[in-house]
Amino acid sequence: MTNATTPRDHDAGADLAERIRQASAEGTPLRIIGGDTRYFYGREVEGSELSTHEHRGISFYDPVELVVSVRAGTPLAELEAALAEQGQMLPFEPPRYGIASTVGGMVATGLSGPRRPWAGSVRDFVLGTRVINHEGIEQRFGGEVMKNVAGYDLSRLMVGAQGGLGLITEVSFKVLPIPGATQSLHLELSLDEARLRLAEWGREPLPISAAAWLDGALHLRLEGGPSSVAATRARIGGDDLDNGFWTALRDQRLPFFSEGRAPLWRLSLPHRTPALELPDVDERLMIHDWAGAQRWLRAELDADTLRRTCQAAGGHATCYGPRPADVEPFTPLPEVLMKYHRNLKAQLDPKGIFNPGRLYAAL
Amino acid sequence: MNILYDERLDGPAPEMDRAGIRDALLKAIPGMTLLHREEDMRPFECDGLSVYRTLPLLVALPDSLDQVQRLLVECHRLGVPVVTRGAGTGLSAGALPLTHGVLLVMSRFSRILEIDPEARIARVEPGVRNLAISEAASPYGLYYAPDPSSQIACSIGGNVAENAGGVHCLKYGLTVHNVIKVEVLTIEGERMTLGSDALDAPGFDLLALFNGSEGMLGVVTEITVKLLPKPEVAKVLMASFDDVEKAGNAVGAIIAAGIIPGGLEMMDKLAIIAAEDFIGAGYPVDAEAILLCELDGVEADVDDDCETVRQVLEKAGATGIRQARDDAERARFWAGRKNAFPAVGRMSPDYYCMDGTIPRRELARVLKGISDLSERYGLKVANVFHAGDGNMHPLILFDANREGELAVAEALGGEILELCVEVGGTITGEHGVGREKINQMCAQFRPDELATFRAAKAAFDPHDLLNPGKNIPTPARCSEFRTIKSAAADTAPGAQQGGQE
Repeated sequence: MTNATTPRDHDAGADLAERIRQASAEGTPLRIIGGDTRYFYGREVEGSELSTHEHRGISFYDPVELVVSVRAGTPLAELEAALAEQGQMLPFEPPRYGIASTVGGMVATGLSGPRRPWAGSVRDFVLGTRVINHEGIEQRFGGEVMKNVAGYDLSRLMVGAQGGLGLITEVSFKVLPIPGATQSLHLELSLDEARLRLAEWGREPLPISAAAWLDGALHLRLEGGPSSVAATRARIGGDDLDNGFWTALRDQRLPFFSEGRAPLWRLSLPHRTPALELPDVDERLMIHDWAGAQRWLRAELDADTLRRTCQAAGGHATCYGPRPADVEPFTPLPEVLMKYHRNLKAQLDPKGIFNPGRLYAAL
Repeated sequence: MNILYDERLDGPAPEMDRAGIRDALLKAIPGMTLLHREEDMRPFECDGLSVYRTLPLLVALPDSLDQVQRLLVECHRLGVPVVTRGAGTGLSAGALPLTHGVLLVMSRFSRILEIDPEARIARVEPGVRNLAISEAASPYGLYYAPDPSSQIACSIGGNVAENAGGVHCLKYGLTVHNVIKVEVLTIEGERMTLGSDALDAPGFDLLALFNGSEGMLGVVTEITVKLLPKPEVAKVLMASFDDVEKAGNAVGAIIAAGIIPGGLEMMDKLAIIAAEDFIGAGYPVDAEAILLCELDGVEADVDDDCETVRQVLEKAGATGIRQARDDAERARFWAGRKNAFPAVGRMSPDYYCMDGTIPRRELARVLKGISDLSERYGLKVANVFHAGDGNMHPLILFDANREGELAVAEALGGEILELCVEVGGTITGEHGVGREKINQMCAQFRPDELATFRAAKAAFDPHDLLNPGKNIPTPARCSEFRTIKSAAADTAPGAQQGGQE
């Protein structure tokens, strides 16, 4: 086990629990924040601010067990640095929207980066959580072991719930070794050709760990043992690409993300979905990440039309902003599904104090 | 404390009017097979944990979704509990029937609806066998990764209900990591889709919540799983050790070398001897422990990794290392492990399989603890261990025909699970809580945490009609569990704690 304690480590659990007890007693809604770098990802919450940023530090890390437990307010950068020191990583490559990004925010939003289709998402690597419930009691679900099916999987349920079911105070993750070799490639291919190649490669055990098409080229990353990466690189061809490309894509620092004023949309689709039939949208001006399963679009268009088109293809669309006043950030849920979302919210947050309305007005 | 449903501890189990309910169901769902005679229902009285048996009120064998839906609506209206059953191979009595409930058997839903090699997904009905998915995907060079030892018989619906694992979990994940979408019927008969054909879906991650929920939140009617390209090669190394602790340390050393094996299994002496006697896998019967380490992927990488692992094993003090020369020998190495349960079964009239997971660093302490408990209770224990992910399967050897021996085996098993919790582990890694570990849930969770579980259940099933009594113990049961535990702790140290019933 490593001792990763830093002087700034602090357990603020008792204070946070007290704030929640008060809010519960008074029925005051809380707006939960960590680094507040993901403020744009959801509806605005009216409430008294509850920050986790004092509650920080790595409480447990054993590289041999492949397990790390981290307090919610810990900066993501601090966690990633501690893992890198041991040759390990968070395999899902969470986007960092600023140096203040915290582990709690990463889990609450549940967003993953370029490696997601091959390695898995945030929730896939969550082993356990500590959560302060509506009564101000810290509870532990899951744990620090790889396999655990005791009780319901409330720890994975917290991922992406945006704090609406309780305050996440600590999370245990499975971590993995950083691959032995990495090689990024740039292949001049049309979007259609890239789709065909990816479909073909996807059925073979090739060491691909990222694939994004933009600006007339397929950007590919190979990761694995040095031998297989070299062999695959020789077979696929293309030009060398700086590995830093993936960091820029992951953190949305490519020019695409800051150009223009049109709203940024994230389309989550089955990866083989052909070009969407949308008026005035040129697919070649989009970023097709995750081998086509995550597409970034900048456009002024009718949200309902876009969402209907994505839903017909088996996916959904999220508006990252700037968001027109009448557009919801997340695709509305079918009626039955929404009923059970409301039931769950009412059961776990009966007074509606945790980030009310963050995901949907009714939650 | 009784494992079978106990009204005093588990809540009311009202006397049901079998004939009246049968009439109502047949009227609402004409044409559905509904068994009611004792001799017809007898085969359904237990699941894979056959020491616990209960005859259900009725057994429904629907063959259309419409029938399932109407059955749920009708049971909901009548207030009759519903226990859903897949292939019945579960090892925690999760599908144990209730005398006051209908057993809903999903085995007739056994069609593979779609294999899409381009999308690398399979869409199947819940009664499809786990292995059948990989077989159907095989012509496309694809397979379904989770492979519980029962994969030849267990159904994918049951895999979802239990969040089933297997020997390749460390690298390829559990069921929850490999299911992308499920269609669900609620207790009120509403249809709901959780997850999607894309890589995520809006809203709460109810798909994760339903995986491993033991049929207590809804009935899964269709499942979409992801398929993976078959690894180019798989090679397996077998290392023998003269000391269990050395074998345990070798596991950590392999992972510390930055290698994630496809499979990493450990067996102790009793399990080695049993397997060798049964299968003739070529195991060294004089070893205290063996490790099986499978490396899979692209051939060049696998060869590099085999070399690294060999060096690590040597350094860790292995007394012998063999690499399977060909696929036939590799299959033989695995056959010993995959048949370890029945092999141990041949040594003893009955065996009872535990499923705790521990942090790997605690292995030596836990094995020592198990050995002490084994001695104290006077029952042998063989250890089979998914060493890579810390999931242990101690097998307690006993004879159910001997008066009181099942109770002793249960008490020994309970103490092993509590030991797992004590070292920071869990009472179940992949078999589920069901009825079997209902008491130990009180050791793993506090009353307020159990209350949160019950709240989550109430969101989907407020009247507690879906598989009541499983997975989450009532406050009454935990209060009795704690009373018994503290009474046992008050007696002299080392006192016989068996036979608490």
